[in-house]
Amino acid sequence: MGKLAVRESSDSFPFDAQEGLSLYRLMRIIRRCEEPLNRIYREGKIGGYLHLYIGQEAVAAGLIPLLRADDYILSAYRDHGHAIARGVDPKRIVAELYGRVTGCSRGKGGSMHIYDADRNFLGGYGIVGGVVPLAVGVGFAIKYRGGDQVCVCFFGDGAMNQGAVHEALNMASLFKVPCLFVLENNGYAMGTAVERHSAVTDFIQRVSYGYGIASERVDGMDLVEVREVVERAIAYIRKRTAPYFIEAECYRYAGHGFSDTAQQQKTYRSDEEIERWKRRDPIEIFGQRLRDAGILTSSDEEEIDAEARRIADEAIGYAENSPEPPMDELYEGVFSEE
Amino acid sequence: MLTMKYGEALRLAMTEEMERDPNVFICGEEVGQYQGTFRVTQGMLERFGSSRVVDTPISEAAIVGLVTGAAMAGLRPIAEMMTFSFALVAMDQIVNHTAKISYMSGGQVKVPVVIRGPAGTGNQLSAQHSQSLESWYSHIPGLKVVMPATPNDARGLLKSAIRDDNPVIFMEHAGLYGMRGDLNEDPEYLIPFGQAHIMLEGTDVTIVSYSHMVNTCYRAAEQISREQNISCEVIDLRTLVPLDVDTIIKSVRKTHRVVVAHEEAINVGFGAELASRIYELAFDDLDSPIERVAGPDVPMPYAKNLERAAIPHDSDVIAAVKRVVNLV
Repeated sequence: MGKLAVRESSDSFPFDAQEGLSLYRLMRIIRRCEEPLNRIYREGKIGGYLHLYIGQEAVAAGLIPLLRADDYILSAYRDHGHAIARGVDPKRIVAELYGRVTGCSRGKGGSMHIYDADRNFLGGYGIVGGVVPLAVGVGFAIKYRGGDQVCVCFFGDGAMNQGAVHEALNMASLFKVPCLFVLENNGYAMGTAVERHSAVTDFIQRVSYGYGIASERVDGMDLVEVREVVERAIAYIRKRTAPYFIEAECYRYAGHGFSDTAQQQKTYRSDEEIERWKRRDPIEIFGQRLRDAGILTSSDEEEIDAEARRIADEAIGYAENSPEPPMDELYEGVFSEE
Repeated sequence: MLTMKYGEALRLAMTEEMERDPNVFICGEEVGQYQGTFRVTQGMLERFGSSRVVDTPISEAAIVGLVTGAAMAGLRPIAEMMTFSFALVAMDQIVNHTAKISYMSGGQVKVPVVIRGPAGTGNQLSAQHSQSLESWYSHIPGLKVVMPATPNDARGLLKSAIRDDNPVIFMEHAGLYGMRGDLNEDPEYLIPFGQAHIMLEGTDVTIVSYSHMVNTCYRAAEQISREQNISCEVIDLRTLVPLDVDTIIKSVRKTHRVVVAHEEAINVGFGAELASRIYELAFDDLDSPIERVAGPDVPMPYAKNLERAAIPHDSDVIAAVKRVVNLV
């Protein structure tokens, strides 16, 4: 219970070359798909709130590919990266942001509410911490049916001070549900730094001692470390049918949302801090590991990046050319028809 | 003929549905070992075991999250709120999550949950435990709202609620748990939503109500028929969402006079919606303004005399009927 992460850097590359390249590619795709979105937002083509995942890619890419197809994922509002890592087509994600009927929620959810039921991707949620009780329910259903799936639930450090999260963590431990709680601690609840929002900033202690949930902290900028911890967590959950909690320390490069501009961000963080974190860029760290292991050549890199840009461009093109929802969609889906 | 109490009828409905479908389970505070705060789940733990009759901590948000998530993953859960006053703790889950997931997902994800428990006023329970908030839930797209008034309806509507693919807010009335009544013997007897019940046929005044209050209206109608020879048609809505507008309008076209009645506070209460619908659809059929019988806009007081004044009674309904036929 409550063991802290042992941070040993692996000397040799811990998994096979093909897998390494595919994870590198995944991180590139997530980033390239996110990068144009602020510009497109500025052009007025997408609206609402827009929370970018740039900087946190190693968490999604280190975790989600380790899941089985029958496992479940729920996320918060910074959900594009998780969806892409789960295999949701970026075309349908960007189309959703454009409010098009070809979007994953038929244009009715938007950026914060990406769903893909076929992939057990059960949505992004916009109320901080609100997703955590839902994930406990999914975990409860898995256990009820005697399955060995895992339900992964992503949320941020801001969620750690929401009452519903504490109710849910207690219940998860009490009922021993197979949930993997992933706290992506990017240092800020919107514009409020962790030490300004949490009396006790050691979340691992809070969760392990407070709720008796096995908990680990990991460097969320390093995919290899994330993967190692997640493998251990998933094995634990499947074997014991009990929850596990991971705090991934990471950083978002962009503002909280579109309106959190570079100027606005100066109210709570410095350019130096952002630059310092960018020097530990998750794609760079993993790329370097691959290069050191002789797996990634510079021509591979160029090729992968070109492919990632092409995927992003195609997604945007697809969204641009997709129709808006027909007006009868307004009343569709309020209730499920039997 | 099967005769039982309202609370027992609810238990029968849940028991029958749990026998029928292994995906149905119930959870909530004191539903198992304690045998239910109002004894609605009495004996169910022994019958179904602790995996299907699940005692929870006092964590309403997590309870609603639990059933909503479980429903998203394919189960058909029932959550018991010890009272609907406590459901306020879970309002973000109910309103922002449970109600909206079907729509936000573009119809991909169903949420077949029932959130049930006692609502309503009475018993000197005072401000925090004695209130009626059905119009809050009725205001939220994506929720169905059911308020049974009799044992037979309690069973038939709860069975429909459990089989419904959508979130159902099932508001019982603590004052009705001990009410005895006859039940349809057919174990497959389901009452569809959106079908009001005409409790009493009449020709002079239409009284529209639901839950405990409709029984009050029924008594008032009998009295006023005896004493004043005014014939009231009493409509029990049974479900507020979906609302059986047709039955109301048909009755209004016959009587031309309407009283709407409920326990909840008058300001923005469900009666305002009912009156508005009737004005929109049958204005020319009305011979006098619609009368509203409702609680006053005060938190529920504790003192017996004040509480009595804060809950509508037969006399309030009778006075409204007299006003609507211009007897006063």
